[in-house]
Amino acid sequence: MQSSQVKRISSRHSYLVKGKRMSTGSIVLNYAVMIIVALISVFPFLWILSASFKNNENMSSIALITKHMTMVNYSGLLKFIHFDKYLFNSIVITLGGILIDIIFSSMAAYPLAKMKFKGRGFISGLLLSTMILPASASLIVNYITISRLGLLNTFAGIILPGSVSAFSIILLRQAYLAVPDALYEAARIDGASELRIWWSVMLPSVMPTITTVGIMDFINKWNAFLWPTIVAQPSHYPIATALQSLNGQFTYKFGYIASSTILSIIPVVIVFMMFQKNYLQSISGAVK
Amino acid sequence: MVEIDLNHLYKKYADGEDYAVKDFDLHIKDREFIVFVGPSGCGKSTTLRMLAGLEDITKGELKIGDKVMNDVAPKDRDIAMVFQNYALYPHMTVADNMAFGLKLRHYSKTDIKKRVDNAAEILGLEEFLKRKPADLSGGQRQRVALGRAIVRDAPIFLMDEPLSNLDAKLRVSMRAEIAKLHRRLNTTTIYVTHDQTEAMTLADRVVVMSVGQIQQIGTPEEVYQNPRNMFVAGFMGSPAMNFFHVTYKDGVISDGKQVTLKVPEGRSKILDAQGYNGKEVVFGIRPEDIHSEQAFLDTWPDATVEADVVVSELLGATEQLYLKTDASEYVANVNSRDFHNPGDHIKIGFDINKAHFFDKDSQMAIVAEPIPLESMD
Repeated sequence: MQSSQVKRISSRHSYLVKGKRMSTGSIVLNYAVMIIVALISVFPFLWILSASFKNNENMSSIALITKHMTMVNYSGLLKFIHFDKYLFNSIVITLGGILIDIIFSSMAAYPLAKMKFKGRGFISGLLLSTMILPASASLIVNYITISRLGLLNTFAGIILPGSVSAFSIILLRQAYLAVPDALYEAARIDGASELRIWWSVMLPSVMPTITTVGIMDFINKWNAFLWPTIVAQPSHYPIATALQSLNGQFTYKFGYIASSTILSIIPVVIVFMMFQKNYLQSISGAVK
Repeated sequence: MVEIDLNHLYKKYADGEDYAVKDFDLHIKDREFIVFVGPSGCGKSTTLRMLAGLEDITKGELKIGDKVMNDVAPKDRDIAMVFQNYALYPHMTVADNMAFGLKLRHYSKTDIKKRVDNAAEILGLEEFLKRKPADLSGGQRQRVALGRAIVRDAPIFLMDEPLSNLDAKLRVSMRAEIAKLHRRLNTTTIYVTHDQTEAMTLADRVVVMSVGQIQQIGTPEEVYQNPRNMFVAGFMGSPAMNFFHVTYKDGVISDGKQVTLKVPEGRSKILDAQGYNGKEVVFGIRPEDIHSEQAFLDTWPDATVEADVVVSELLGATEQLYLKTDASEYVANVNSRDFHNPGDHIKIGFDINKAHFFDKDSQMAIVAEPIPLESMD
């Protein structure tokens, strides 16, 4: 607890927490609840982490630390499956998706925010309404489209549907709206074309939001699971999907599933830790 | 040589019921410094934006030189503009901000550098060229905005309330700098402000606007000395002109109470000739034409009234007295050697030779020859 957040004030049993007066009892209770919730949330992760270092004999033990911790699940996994291939697939699918989303949503959001044309409000509303539909509702239509395009079992088939998200467009539209019109007008007088204004003036002004879109895309697309199983063969599976196939083949090799899960989430953890502040800000900003 | 013709311009917004600008007709001479002045919402900025090409012209014709510009894109009008909130590109350095327009016009690198360095020298920005706008003070940002206009070497400068985001002291020094800049560059400048002091100090000619219409066009002296109507009289000058509703009869004006003053013969002749004898008129007098020194009171005993001092503000050389005589409240600007305290009961004199008379219905000035909308010189 930081001293700046909690300040002892005159009364013996009451404290000032972020401007609110709280008694010692309620502070203890608050923290107890928070610690319990945190433990419940983090326990599955800790258990998987622990399981990835256990051998088959004590795999079912609930204890996080046992006598026989081993790296055998990791070395075995890397011999058993082409982990590097699935990692490569994940990287292609994730980066491809992020790139497409950033390019198209930043271009789509701009006119919706800054240009006056008939039907602007209608299009914005239409985009917003697509967010109400659950993603699984579009599975069949997307499958038919991809199959007719002859993109089954290709990276393009995995990446394209759902790569541009309405949420990104709306987030970026809000960011463009916050850029003063005078900047646009100054650029027009300076002699910039519409495309140049977008590229040289508007896009740099919404860079923080583009970073946010990139991070959210990374987390979503890296963890994408269902769609690749529908549209592709295992040769094109990203890690999350490949793990599922492990489940069927190695029912008794749970240690492999544990170790590959840990390996697959390392990039997400790194990205999240690097951009944690930005990510949390954008999430709280998006629902404001 | 660039002359600008704004021929009977009208502007109506899609969602507006009435015209935001009505029948705006003005010829701007080469190298002239024109100031559009008026309260907010009077259409001055809209007119400037029509000139810049940032707003469509609903009706009328805009000519720059011999070319009709109504449908020409802003970048092809050969204008440079300074915005109220500076509108600097936040992610570019000061140098890049100034160079942006030149790069788009494909100037050579050496030429760009020369022009940017030159503008930076004129505006004292040399040491800030590598900084971003966020690291500059308000005054420095406004200088960069000016620099961005200067480097282009455009024959026409448009300035939309460029000083209103600055604090009072900085505003005065930047005002002087803009005047200096205009003398140095000799560019046709159109400047929009709601501050009548800026209009008076900067303009070759002032265009006073209200509710979308031109009220008067003239040199600062002309609009100050010979306001065409009550709006111009009240808007130009600070503190504003005092107005009294009085009845004029046989060479004397009176509010029916204490304010009873003899009108000089020259002025009463005009009032008589225009049939105002026995009628109500508006009598206007500027604060500096109300005196409290004994010498004046002794010389003009017919022009004195008694007044209560409500508030007195010492400004240094002068003192502003907020006075009350019967029901009338008015402001006098007197020499501070004649200091008066609130609550004092004093005698003051009106310099009636400097008085203005207005028709109470049309609000137009009552003068021998009607003052034209635009004075001819």
